[in-house]
Amino acid sequence: MSADPTQVLAFDTDCHIFDGCGFAEVSPGLHSFLFQPLLGDGDSNLYFNKTMLLALLGSIIIVGFFWAAFRRPQVVPGKLQMVAEAGYDFIRRGVVYETIGKKEGEKYVPLVVSLFFFVWMMNLWSIIPVAQFPVTSIIAYPMVLALLVYILWVSLTFKRHGFVGFWKNVTGYDKSLGAVLPLAMLIELFSNLLIRPFTHAVRLFANMFAGHTLLLLFTIASWYLLNGVGIAYASVSFVMVIVMTAFELFIQALQAYVFVLLTCTYIQGALAEHH
Amino acid sequence: MSQLLTIAASEGENPLIPPIPELVIGLIAFVIVFGFLAKKLLPNINKVLEERREAIEGGIEKAEAAQTEAQSVLEQYKAQLAEARHEAARLRQEAQEQGATLIAEMRAEGQRQREEIIAAGHAQIQADRKAAASALRQDVGKLATELAGKLVGESLEDHARQSRVIDRFLDELDDKATKAEATR
Repeated sequence: MSADPTQVLAFDTDCHIFDGCGFAEVSPGLHSFLFQPLLGDGDSNLYFNKTMLLALLGSIIIVGFFWAAFRRPQVVPGKLQMVAEAGYDFIRRGVVYETIGKKEGEKYVPLVVSLFFFVWMMNLWSIIPVAQFPVTSIIAYPMVLALLVYILWVSLTFKRHGFVGFWKNVTGYDKSLGAVLPLAMLIELFSNLLIRPFTHAVRLFANMFAGHTLLLLFTIASWYLLNGVGIAYASVSFVMVIVMTAFELFIQALQAYVFVLLTCTYIQGALAEHH
Repeated sequence: MSQLLTIAASEGENPLIPPIPELVIGLIAFVIVFGFLAKKLLPNINKVLEERREAIEGGIEKAEAAQTEAQSVLEQYKAQLAEARHEAARLRQEAQEQGATLIAEMRAEGQRQREEIIAAGHAQIQADRKAAASALRQDVGKLATELAGKLVGESLEDHARQSRVIDRFLDELDDKATKAEATR
């Protein structure tokens, strides 16, 4: 992937309204999600860019945080341990136990906790100064995670229900449907095997993509409008930047929560007895 | 804008098509997090959470034990108190009984002594009367004999003593007196 050669960062230019400079020249777009490789060649598959850096850095931050909190945990917790425990307990009790149940769910707690904090951290990059780019707005990252969950779901369903049981589970086989059964089975098959993993990844990706675009739009607009009478509009736009940043903070946590909640629902569906 | 989009499109930059290197890096990044959390850090905290739960449960158990002990001590104390009350009541009862018997005994003793005194008095009176009667009898006999002697002119004393006349006479008098008393 190569970055758009014509890409311009709004602040690099002196492009303002009433200066004979169109907004189209600085407006955000797909090119805002492409980066020049920091290392390697963008045309080959051997390169390293900002998103990858943020992804790896995010992993290190999560591991560092939990390392500091849980490396030598105390029965009477310190402040950091208490915060980390609250997060851990929230996912364990609030998500895993609630959906899969305590007995069966315990095994999946590490996975779900890792998923939640990983996704949250990758989302958080969006509003962390200097970085200011959500890693999850690149489809590859949500896709990898959704794929892992998908593989887990398929293998669990096979293990639990066997070959015939798997297809029954996937197609939602239910005799009481009568004549519409073939149609229902076809829809369920598509829904479960193809659409569900896709939406699982895209839901997260699209939210972060849109959020980042909105933030960019208002930020660039604030700069672009900063000329003459446009300053009044620029101030409104700037207020929106702040509002949207706060809103993004909420959406980031929410999307991470939704992602792991769906993961748990899928696992639960794989473990459940077919009815 | 449209120019940029066409450029992007011409280069095949569809945001829904994942670049392979980023997939790989994403996987690596997640595996790093999952590896550390699942293998080391979460088991760590689970162990401590379990310990904490046990500590809390131990505390609760201790409190429960203390409560039971307090309860048993209280019951013991109550039982002792009841026993003491019972004992006191018993002692009081006993003392009352003892007092009553003591009084009865003393009363009986007093009665006995009184009767003894009365009996002794009676016996004394009886003895005095007897002594008086016998003395009187002797005197009456002697006087009668002397009187008779003076009338007859000779001493009848020895004779009378031998014949017991006087005694007989006096006995007859006695008999008469008793009979008179009986008929009355």
